[in-house]
Amino acid sequence: MAPILDINNLYKNYGSVEILKDINVAIEPGDFLVLVGPSGCGKSTLLNCIAGLEPITGGTLSIGGKDMTHVSPKDRDIAMVFQSYALYPTMSVAKNITFGMKVRGVDAATQESKLKEVASQLQIEQLLHRRPGQLSGGQRQRVAMGRALVRDPKLFLFDEPLSNLDAKLRVEMRSEIKKLHQNLGATMVYVTHDQIEAMTLATKIVVLKGGVVQQIGTPAEIYNRPANLFVADFMGSPAMNLIPAKASKNGSGTQIEIARDGAAPLVLTDTHAENLPQDVILGLRPEDIAEAGFRAGEDVQVAECHIDMVEPAGADTFVVSELGGKQVTARLHAETGAESGKALSLAFDLSKVSYFAPGSGERLN
Amino acid sequence: MTDFTQNYHPPRRSFGQLALRWLLFALLGLFALFYLMPLFVMVTTSLKSLEEIRTGSLVALPRDVTFEAWSTAWSGTCTGVKCEGLRPYFWNSVLMTVPAVFLATLLGAVNGYVIAQWRFKGANLIFAMMLFGCFIPFQVVLLPMARSLGILGLAGSIPGLIFVHVIYGIGFTTLFFRNYYVTIPAELTKAAKVDGAGFFRIFWSIFLPLSLPIVVVTVIWQFTNIWNDFLFGVSFSQAGTQPVTVALNNIVNSTTGVKEYNVDMAAAIIAALPTLLVYVVAGKYFIRGLTAGSVKG
Repeated sequence: MAPILDINNLYKNYGSVEILKDINVAIEPGDFLVLVGPSGCGKSTLLNCIAGLEPITGGTLSIGGKDMTHVSPKDRDIAMVFQSYALYPTMSVAKNITFGMKVRGVDAATQESKLKEVASQLQIEQLLHRRPGQLSGGQRQRVAMGRALVRDPKLFLFDEPLSNLDAKLRVEMRSEIKKLHQNLGATMVYVTHDQIEAMTLATKIVVLKGGVVQQIGTPAEIYNRPANLFVADFMGSPAMNLIPAKASKNGSGTQIEIARDGAAPLVLTDTHAENLPQDVILGLRPEDIAEAGFRAGEDVQVAECHIDMVEPAGADTFVVSELGGKQVTARLHAETGAESGKALSLAFDLSKVSYFAPGSGERLN
Repeated sequence: MTDFTQNYHPPRRSFGQLALRWLLFALLGLFALFYLMPLFVMVTTSLKSLEEIRTGSLVALPRDVTFEAWSTAWSGTCTGVKCEGLRPYFWNSVLMTVPAVFLATLLGAVNGYVIAQWRFKGANLIFAMMLFGCFIPFQVVLLPMARSLGILGLAGSIPGLIFVHVIYGIGFTTLFFRNYYVTIPAELTKAAKVDGAGFFRIFWSIFLPLSLPIVVVTVIWQFTNIWNDFLFGVSFSQAGTQPVTVALNNIVNSTTGVKEYNVDMAAAIIAALPTLLVYVVAGKYFIRGLTAGSVKG
């Protein structure tokens, strides 16, 4: 299938400042692409470039197989939901939703039926005659979605649509967007700085930093095999443990040695890793360090660790131990008997391990 | 719901605070009276007969109220050789002010919209130059403007005066609208663009409906300036196209024999009435519009 959105070698400069550098992304119809990164990484600029609201400096961009590099936003067959919702303040909800159709000269009967359809889909029928100023944040959000949905475009663009909502509403709207995506089978591009939103919604994630793509992949790929230290640290909460270690060859594989303050070094043996340099950074997610006996598998290795802190979090209990000069977090089950200041046997699941080069930060395995 | 207002007692003020408050009111009242004094004299004088003005005191109330001076001022008094009162000049002013205010406001709105929402290279420079235009004194442009009007074939005509006032007004109106539109989030324009609306559609459907407060401010400002203008009026008009301010000057200065103070006063009030009316009708929005840029509500 031809990609519905195809971005090739896209560059964007503001004056002499490079905002986006050599972006290449393609998505298939029905994909949910999430652009994620810290603030100032260029993700919103990229979305504006896709929408045609910002001219691009170099490269090409096509939507639905047609070159759209220099096409104005109204002819790109897109709809967009903005962070501030950008509802037209002097128009009623109904007029807000039908404005796009009115501008495009759609006849009144079609406008009316489409409005009804979208209003019932989003459960905003009782709000149609109100002004945006009379709505709550969540209601405005729905109207903004309605304005996009009613257009039935090739591509939906979302610019941090949930960041102005309170935590509870955000989770609700998140699952509604997900439902909407599944029901409509629509193609969506979604910008967020929230990595949980990215993980839950996306079929494909683009991680951006400083205008450069760090990694493109499915949520599972991004989570399990981060391409570099930045992605490893950015995605996942609590963040992946990144522990400086020394690697050396031994008979059955690679021996990983992690220095410990005031104790013998922790030694693990990885039977899969090959050709590691001497200095590596070992990455292991908190859930891949368990209490001994609760994780089985051939790559699980047990070691005694000194527990510095215990943080019960309801469903899980996090324990912190200092390894290689870093605070390493392990996610244990809630009923663990771990106590701070005492030793505990921890199981390290090396089947999930990532290795990074300390200098470049690139993934090694 | 609980009614909290029942249990609410405003903090009791001490005697000192109360005295201070009354002193403040008294002072304000005094200033207001002082400020209104000329108006009082004008109104009472215009309602007196000439006989009464000669014999009575300046600040006394009229004994016999007569509107004769008003009707003379409106349609009978002489400006130079013609004696048809203020009426034709009043209409000249209306014919000049209304289109000039309308055009300057409309152009200012479009300019402000472009500068605030459609950023382009050099937008700031153009805005700065327009601001600069606000600070050029009228006198400086008299000669160049006279020459330009001559070339355009508009010299001595009401369209010529409209032209001058529109040009002079654009700087201010652009400033007003630009500062107002800058507070409107750019995402609104973006959303409308994605919805398929073009430059003028966005202006007409989204920005103009939002603009009532600033339109009122601009209209009051422009109306007052243009209606009250004397210098351009006296420089760029000729017999028959003079605005009311010039005519008023002629009435007051060209009386022979006894000075008809009552007619002069009535004429002055008539000439000032439209701006007064605009303030009374739209004053509420004026204050609101002036603060709209700074305080977002």
